[in-house]
Amino acid sequence: MKTLNAIIGATALAAASLMSVAAGAQTYPDRTITMVVPFAAGGPTDTVARLVAEAMSKDLGQQVIIENVGGAGGTLGAGRVANAEADGYTVLLHHIGMATSATLYRKLPYDTLNAFEYVGLVTEVPMTIVARKDLEPTDLQGLIEYAKANKDTVTVANAGIGAASHLCGMLFMSALETPLVTVPYKGTGPAMTDLLGGQVDIMCDQTTNTTKQIQGGTIKAYAVTSPERLDVLKDVPTAAEGGLSDFQVGIWHGIYAPKGTPAEAVSRLSESLKLALVDPNVAARFAELGTEPSPETDATPEALKAKLEGEIARWKPVIEAAGEYAD
Amino acid sequence: MDFFSNLALGFATASSIENLFFCLIGVLLGTLIGVLPGIGATATIAMLLPITFQLEPVSSLIMLSGIYYGAQYGGSTTAILINMPGESSSAVTAIDGYQMARKGRAGAALSIAALGSFFAGTVATFLVAIFAPPLTAIALQFGAAEYFSLMVVGLVSSIALAHGSIIKALAMVSLGLLLGLVGTDIYTGTPRFTLGIREYSDGLNFVAVAVGVFGIAEILRNLESEKTRSLLMAKVSGLLPTKDDFRQMIAPVLRGTVIGSALGILPGGGAILASFASYTVEKRMSKNPEEFGHGAIAGVAGPESANNAGAQTSFIPLLTLGIPANPVMALMIGAMIIQGIVPGPNVATEQPALFWGIIASMWIGNLMLVVLNLPLIGLWVKLLTIPYYVLFPIIMAFCSIGVYSVNSNVYDLFAVAFFGFIGYVLVKLRCEPAPLLLGFVLGPLLEENLRRAMILARGDPSTFLTRPISATLLLIAAAVLLVVLLPSVRKKREAVFQEED
Repeated sequence: MKTLNAIIGATALAAASLMSVAAGAQTYPDRTITMVVPFAAGGPTDTVARLVAEAMSKDLGQQVIIENVGGAGGTLGAGRVANAEADGYTVLLHHIGMATSATLYRKLPYDTLNAFEYVGLVTEVPMTIVARKDLEPTDLQGLIEYAKANKDTVTVANAGIGAASHLCGMLFMSALETPLVTVPYKGTGPAMTDLLGGQVDIMCDQTTNTTKQIQGGTIKAYAVTSPERLDVLKDVPTAAEGGLSDFQVGIWHGIYAPKGTPAEAVSRLSESLKLALVDPNVAARFAELGTEPSPETDATPEALKAKLEGEIARWKPVIEAAGEYAD
Repeated sequence: MDFFSNLALGFATASSIENLFFCLIGVLLGTLIGVLPGIGATATIAMLLPITFQLEPVSSLIMLSGIYYGAQYGGSTTAILINMPGESSSAVTAIDGYQMARKGRAGAALSIAALGSFFAGTVATFLVAIFAPPLTAIALQFGAAEYFSLMVVGLVSSIALAHGSIIKALAMVSLGLLLGLVGTDIYTGTPRFTLGIREYSDGLNFVAVAVGVFGIAEILRNLESEKTRSLLMAKVSGLLPTKDDFRQMIAPVLRGTVIGSALGILPGGGAILASFASYTVEKRMSKNPEEFGHGAIAGVAGPESANNAGAQTSFIPLLTLGIPANPVMALMIGAMIIQGIVPGPNVATEQPALFWGIIASMWIGNLMLVVLNLPLIGLWVKLLTIPYYVLFPIIMAFCSIGVYSVNSNVYDLFAVAFFGFIGYVLVKLRCEPAPLLLGFVLGPLLEENLRRAMILARGDPSTFLTRPISATLLLIAAAVLLVVLLPSVRKKREAVFQEED
């Protein structure tokens, strides 16, 4: 009798827990989801997040709201999510900085590769190598020769340590095997202002920031860092065409959840992300920024995990060679 | 003429019933949220950003601009009523505005702020409309060397004009400069004075410091005794300025407008100087400099006008280059992109209705602010009659929410508490918080631009003298020093930041 009771009890318990799992899967999400953006409101990453969050909200039937937790190169926001409750209601949208901060910061409050579940890749924003509009060289090859010949006077602007423009600038100098004069700014705005004013020579920055300036003729573009030319900048050759065959760099964005988030919730979010990436409004807005949504096949945990691991390995030697750390 | 047809297009766009409505909503929301203590324009816009996404691009930007002006005005209201500035600009307003309020003249101070702002806003709007492209060209001439020299002028004029407690003023400026060093050095990535706390790696939050040294310190002081507390509830005399007040405010408003418009154009931090510079100038020009710090009308009228003119002309880099001059502008660019408009140098020709519509709505928004706020002044002033034991916990709660909402960073709240205590100690030592804030704001700009100028010049300090604009600014700084050191002028020196003795 005792055993029977125990079995009945156990079965009931198992059934109950199964039901609750099933119910949980069906009802997730039943309240607002917070998407943490580890940068200030109004920036390019924030814009990407808001566009995607709006599209995901439609599919999930719950509002996905953006919370900006800026500071310390994105590591504060990432740390916040790493320690958040793993219930699927807090997620993180972060860019390439997730991979580079693993090396840029020698002490991080979280273990980059073990603190998160992966939802999927969102987009990869190409970079452009641009210069003040009266810089002499007319093409990338010319720019490379010019930079090598004048390495003590050619200045490269960036938006601060760890910024996309800083990473791209480091990669550019390592491709040229020539250190140039680095001029850091607090953010893209002031750096771009000085480029427009001819105070600095070169910058490598996301199309999000440079496309309109290039189209307006206020700065000169030498190359895009994507494998193919971009629709919005048809006249600008790729870096490979210009003679830097391996120079491909993009600011990729991914969505993460805290480690231990239920698998059902993660896959539900991945599904939703896939739908968001084919949303015509998202695609149209991304196109105006000079980027496009990641292919559906990349909106998966596997793709993001592989990307993150690959990028950590790729940037580690570049950052270590430059010897520039953020702490 | 092109200009008039453009402006006509702008007003046609901005004065459609729908856009007028959204402008009104923006101004109203901005005022209501901005008037919460410790919440300035940046926090307000960040909070209200999502509600504009569903609107047409023009309407949403008109509404955002409205929120911006409204929040800025609201920030001045709390600075005047309870000594709680929400932005660097209103920190200056707090000095004399709050003293006026303590003398029962809160209504007059609020009216002066509103009218001065409206006049400055009107002038600056037309400046933006007529001269935006040539002014942009001038702004682009400002490189690191020029900004450094400009900051030197700012620092020198505030220190050089101080007297009496000149040592204390100097000490406060230096303390401010040191506090400004907290955070990551952008040139090497090294964290400085962060005590190992990652949350401070981007520096101390300005609002946290300002709310602490001004607002919390004031609350602590008010709680000392029944007598000081009742001061707040003193009989409120006359909501509107008298004829004499009007006479006194005309010249400061005009000067403030000029100073603010000129400094606002510079995207690298010029607008920050506007209200400080205006306050310094007014005190220097005044026949009764001893009134400053005790409720001088010019001390409210000048800085408020300068601040609003600067807020208006700081739209110039955004509109002509597509580059944000401050965090508020960055938010507006984010909003534009989400609306499908990527701002760039050609936004005026590609989107004329949007471009001129926003310019026209600036003026309409300012007009609405005055119309809306003059009747509201009575209501705001009534808030002061709330018993203090009810009022001060509410103020503390709202300012904590306001400070936290900027970055969702709990360490900013610790900073408020710490600087509240420091502010109280400073009050006891008869040191003034305003020079501290000036140092805190200018310090990082001074250092950043000095080092950048040196990098660009490959370590050659003569760059500051060989670049004409920089040389001129340094000459002005030297002239200010010289004037102050001349014996005949020394007698007339006055304490710029001496709020009370």
